[in-house]
Amino acid sequence: MSRRIVGPFNRVEGDLEVQLDIQHGKVADAWVVSPLYRGFEQMLHGKHPNDAMSYVPRICGICSVAQSVASAYALADAQGVQMPSNGELAVNLILANENLADHLTHFYMFFMPDFAREIYKNEPWHAVVAERFTAMKGSAARQMLPARAAFMHLMGILAGKWPHTLAIQPGGTTRGVKAEEQVRMLTTLYQFRCFLEDTLFGDSLENIANLSSSNELKSWLENDKHSNRDFGLFLSVADALQLHTMGRATDRFMSYGVYPTNGEPLFARGLWEEGHLARLDIDAIREDVSHSWMIKYGEPKHPFDGVTQPDPDMQDGYSWCKAPRLDGKVVEVGALARQLVNGHPLIQSLVTESGGNVRNRVIARLLELALVAIEMEAWIKAIRPNETFCNLVSMPDEAEGVGLMEAARGSLGHWLKIKHGRILNYQIIAPTTWNFAPRDLNEQPGALEQALIGATVRQGEITPVEVQHIVRSFDPCMVCTVH
Amino acid sequence: MHDQPLNMLWLQSGGCGGCTLSMMCAESPELFTSFEAAGIHVLWHPSLSEASGNAVTQTLEAIINDEVKLDILCLEGAVVRGPNNTGKFHMMAGTSEPMMHWIKKLSLKADYVIAVGTCAAYGGITSGGGNPTDACGMQYEGKRRGGLLGQDFRSVRKLSVVNIAGCPTHPNWVTETLAQIVLGNFTESNMDEFGRPRSYVDQLVHHGCPRNEYYEFKASAKKPSDLGCLMENLGCVGTQAHADCNTRLWNGGGSCLRGDYPCVNCTAPGFEEPGHPFTETPKIAGIPVGLPTDMPKAWFVALASLSKAATPERLKLNAVSDHVKVVQGIRGRTK
Repeated sequence: MSRRIVGPFNRVEGDLEVQLDIQHGKVADAWVVSPLYRGFEQMLHGKHPNDAMSYVPRICGICSVAQSVASAYALADAQGVQMPSNGELAVNLILANENLADHLTHFYMFFMPDFAREIYKNEPWHAVVAERFTAMKGSAARQMLPARAAFMHLMGILAGKWPHTLAIQPGGTTRGVKAEEQVRMLTTLYQFRCFLEDTLFGDSLENIANLSSSNELKSWLENDKHSNRDFGLFLSVADALQLHTMGRATDRFMSYGVYPTNGEPLFARGLWEEGHLARLDIDAIREDVSHSWMIKYGEPKHPFDGVTQPDPDMQDGYSWCKAPRLDGKVVEVGALARQLVNGHPLIQSLVTESGGNVRNRVIARLLELALVAIEMEAWIKAIRPNETFCNLVSMPDEAEGVGLMEAARGSLGHWLKIKHGRILNYQIIAPTTWNFAPRDLNEQPGALEQALIGATVRQGEITPVEVQHIVRSFDPCMVCTVH
Repeated sequence: MHDQPLNMLWLQSGGCGGCTLSMMCAESPELFTSFEAAGIHVLWHPSLSEASGNAVTQTLEAIINDEVKLDILCLEGAVVRGPNNTGKFHMMAGTSEPMMHWIKKLSLKADYVIAVGTCAAYGGITSGGGNPTDACGMQYEGKRRGGLLGQDFRSVRKLSVVNIAGCPTHPNWVTETLAQIVLGNFTESNMDEFGRPRSYVDQLVHHGCPRNEYYEFKASAKKPSDLGCLMENLGCVGTQAHADCNTRLWNGGGSCLRGDYPCVNCTAPGFEEPGHPFTETPKIAGIPVGLPTDMPKAWFVALASLSKAATPERLKLNAVSDHVKVVQGIRGRTK
């Protein structure tokens, strides 16, 4: 059996290689390789706990804030501090700003340009898609980039800059918001709403948020005002290429929950398994390193006791990525999982019909743009200028803490132990660690490895386009994956 | 606008991709128009280009075989040399070669070699915490010249590596440096002693800091979110940090100081290991170490105690509050 090696994979964040066993024009088996190791968990060992706030955002330039938030939650857990209402709202806004910008970047810059490829030139939809989405030349990115940059002015106010802010702290945010800035933020957000409604959806955010079944989505698309905008264009292409039949993984979905107000998350924590909602047992998480380039210390470990010691010559290893498992099983994370667990009727209807797949993952992300942008308006209005944004508690010499949240790409967790006032152990499981994990002790392939099986490889294709659609549908972030 | 745009290849190695993501926040014009205006033709960029897989390695081979001209090579992220100089901590995907070998081969072909971000320039965060991957910069290892390419390296156009340092870089530090290079106006005299473009490092972060009044009177913040000067207690090194963050501004009007947190001097080699917790100011006998570089220490101490004695009540109160408690009165009016 010869493996086809595909890489470097671009328009994913970071470096990725996929190895394929191709038989009769289909992918028979797949191995996902994360080729870059940096060692943040090793770097943090022995540092002052507060220094995590300067290091962890720099794990990732695209999920920088998500890393800060997970770290702040873990430190807050260790310190026993709670954010004041203003702090909670400001953190939600900063995180939502990043998450929504990431969803937009994924759709316009990373995912859609593949449909402008030469290989589709005979398709009836190709001309219009190529005009809009050809990488670096299409008209869409030149509308999206200014809209995204203007939207990120929220960062300029709330976080100083993006990426890599220090405004997010365990007890809230450093940056107080003045009344006039509150108004400026509402204006910035309104401008972003206009872009989404005019350019992406051709409809109001509320109408998108209220779509409640796959049939409703079908009839929504029949309206010309909708079908000729970017979301509609995608849905038509998805239909023509049957994207809902590509990239099905385990159909077991996890979300840690995110965006708390008064401690209650906007999107709930939970597990979706065998078509039903189930309770999520965080203690059942283990990291398996049997196929990682990592030194093995007995059974797979809970992240509190996790060990990260790299060894590129490890037998059976083929990736720097560890293999996290929930109760020994593979789960998929991301916007689709988040909306499924939170019970959005459109997403539940789509997944009930066709499971987790390329089309449904993209729909969930765009739906989330509408859902969260609406919520952001309420959060800005709820801020009370002149009241406190940050509570302060001293750092204990011995403690442990966990920070669980949802980044754009899914569930992100930080587990931390402090001893003698220093970091004793810091372990991170990022969203793409879940999705792009290698095999485990039981030779169970990771989520993407499963999703690639059955993908079509056309005659003469060296870097199969269907494989690219499936890989990018997860919106992978490789720099977070291994960290 | 440009008859002959310059070919730019962009590679990423031991970093976070944040300099690219920051660059995508370019405004007026946005990134692609900025490239066009500058006369940059993107041969390949990991986040922006269509080509994937073998199409990419073919382009790289073509450059190495002199079939495609490489005008500008940009590296984002540190060079990863470990373990034991094998480079196995980053093998380039789709090839069985360490990334550091690709970077070196391509650097020899480029008219200009640019390190984008502090990681690519000096090692940066990737070389922090004991440097588990033996990371270094293109032509520096921390403050020491050398790095992957060696201290004597010069690109085809006889220029040392241009270090657009910053963690991350401001979008326009990158786009404007590229534009200067295309115009042919960029020489060694445009770089400071760490190879950074003087266009933005001839200034200090302190310049334009909105907390300058607190600084003048040594009205210091005591905890994060306080409005006072962050130098005395919270680790701010804006008075020594070379960058124009408080005059150029980020994301429509921000900066670290405007976000109410300290400057950690992210444009400097070695910023990743300050030798103390980032957000605490080390002190000797109650006096912060690391005073402004060009001010005699005795004068600083004398002036500080004088200005502390003269601090208006308004600044004293506001310095330790997270919002303005006392507003400056209007001359001639009493409340």
